[in-house]
Amino acid sequence: MNALVVACPDCDLLQRVPALPRGGSARCPRCGRKVAANKTGSLDRSMALAFAALTVFVIANAEPLMTLSIKGLTSTTTILGGVTEMWRQREWITSLLVALFAVVAPALEIGFMLVILFAVRRPPAPRWIGTLLRWAKISGLWSMVEVMTLGILVALVKIASFARVKPGLGIFAASALIVLLAAMAASFDPAEAWSRVRWANGDPPTPSRGVAARKDAGP
Amino acid sequence: MTGAAAIAARADHLRCEACGLLVRPAAPAEPGRCPRCGEELAFRRRDAVQRTWAFIIAAAICYLPANILPVMTTRSLRYKEPDTILSGVALLYRTGSWHLALLVLIASVMIPLAKLGALAYLLTTVQRRSPRNGRERAMLYRLMVIIGRWSMLDVFVVSYTVALIQFHPLMSIAPGPGVLFFAAVVVLTIFAAESFDPRIIWDFSKEETT
Repeated sequence: MNALVVACPDCDLLQRVPALPRGGSARCPRCGRKVAANKTGSLDRSMALAFAALTVFVIANAEPLMTLSIKGLTSTTTILGGVTEMWRQREWITSLLVALFAVVAPALEIGFMLVILFAVRRPPAPRWIGTLLRWAKISGLWSMVEVMTLGILVALVKIASFARVKPGLGIFAASALIVLLAAMAASFDPAEAWSRVRWANGDPPTPSRGVAARKDAGP
Repeated sequence: MTGAAAIAARADHLRCEACGLLVRPAAPAEPGRCPRCGEELAFRRRDAVQRTWAFIIAAAICYLPANILPVMTTRSLRYKEPDTILSGVALLYRTGSWHLALLVLIASVMIPLAKLGALAYLLTTVQRRSPRNGRERAMLYRLMVIIGRWSMLDVFVVSYTVALIQFHPLMSIAPGPGVLFFAAVVVLTIFAAESFDPRIIWDFSKEETT
């Protein structure tokens, strides 16, 4: 069996990973970090989840999060409403950070994922897909839909102590988006995607993933 | 797989941090770029200890104004009342939602402190070349990476409260200067965790230093 040799990303231990059963994963014996997983069919599943996430993302951003009424006055807001009101109140940096974490990063996370998944369906995928794979990781780091949604819920409870609050479709969509984004990230197998991308040095992609490569004396 | 040659860096192998490819550079002193993804290769993240310290110190400096300055100010016809993170927690507690008060307290006050403390501890043990508790320290690092983002919670709470409560002149809520410092703490601690290299925890582990 063509055993896979990997270095643990967290502790640098070189290890041979045996062939894994479908859905199985292997952990580093020294530090406990997951080093390999057999995610058969991950590309199709990720694509389905990415499309679902895109749909729900649009709904979450288009629909009001909640409506409140106090002494006959009503007020409503959307995800972008938090950004624009903070901007209007001259909290420019905070407003931009909220926009980045709540809207831009999740949008990029979903968009990059869709482009990557389409491109790797028929290998070899072009080199720039590798760049997108790196950006997808970075946008995932700053995408905070789950923190935002909990923050909105806390705000809702706080306000409910002195006003009447009615949750809108947006908050339900945002909650669903948390689940979809987590499922999308969990089902995606970056190693599988990388194994279908043309190499930076011009080589065609390697069919067996992650096998130890040697960089010979280059040009 | 056991034995002395089990550490990638000591066997002149390295894992590309961008694409995960295991590479054996022709010249270990100058690993060059990853043949697959083109990323610059390094056996360890560059200046991890110094960079992480720098971000921790910057975050610790911002942590004080973040907690002392008001994060929002409530204005009504009769009064104007500034609220800090802690007085906001107290308000939540008084209005009966103690579990939410606890949640905000953990996310806003305790997680940033825990993250700063944990990273400082990891850096100190690395600098003292401690070979002990590698597994526990590795788990501590992973935990900090996962929970760190939750300290952004109160920034979102303030943003959406401000967006909703604009009933001039009856009642309106404005953000306070504390919010900016708070967001800065979150961003700086995320940068701190990303510049740390978990592999250096193990560089002095016992089984390898003999």
